Amino acid sequence: MACSEMVLTSDQPETVKALMAQIFLPDGQSLASYAETESLLLAVNQQMVDGDAPLNANDEVAFFPPVTGG
Amino acid sequence: MYRKIQIQLEDFGIDAVLESLKSQTSAAGGFCFFAGVVRDLNDDESIESLYLEHYPGMTEKQLHRILDQAESRFGLLGAVVVHRIGSLLAGDNIVLVAVAAGHRGEAFSACEMIMDYLKTQATFWKKESTSGGDRWVAARGSDLSKEAAWGDASN
Repeated sequence: MACSEMVLTSDQPETVKALMAQIFLPDGQSLASYAETESLLLAVNQQMVDGDAPLNANDEVAFFPPVTGG
Repeated sequence: MYRKIQIQLEDFGIDAVLESLKSQTSAAGGFCFFAGVVRDLNDDESIESLYLEHYPGMTEKQLHRILDQAESRFGLLGAVVVHRIGSLLAGDNIVLVAVAAGHRGEAFSACEMIMDYLKTQATFWKKESTSGGDRWVAARGSDLSKEAAWGDASN
């Protein structure tokens, strides 16, 4: 995302997708809209989820590209 | 099932893993190993080195989930996964999957399933250094097909 830290001030989003709509990339598009065309994996508390997964206080949320280990 | 998951900078040796698996699984008669190494060529470009990073915490959990599935599907007696991170050169070892089972059939299948799942579910990323510069490696669609072929896409 071309930055190491980002501060979001908002009411608690109810789902991962709602959070992604509040995060903006340097080119101005939201992460939610980026994920419509690019492959992006989502995890909450280190478990893969889809965008409809609910969020709770203090959840650890991660967004990352398809994995390439092995 | 005996299991060990190691994510490390250091190289690994297959002999030591075989000995530890044997010592922990006296009922096993079949052992299967897969080792992945850094190639010197990818997409027609020569690879000078590779940098591997991962998502600490999640990677270990994902690997445990993969081993859970292999254990319940194939009745494995033991499994060891070693995955290196950091800077690697062409020819270096990257990953080792070693499994112990009663007989060879389960061992071959479990080893292949663990590798296929690791490729698409374990949170590692590779960056290649080539003569033309650095690039993050793109995921391959064929890896998703291999994972899907096992019929259970749960992660």
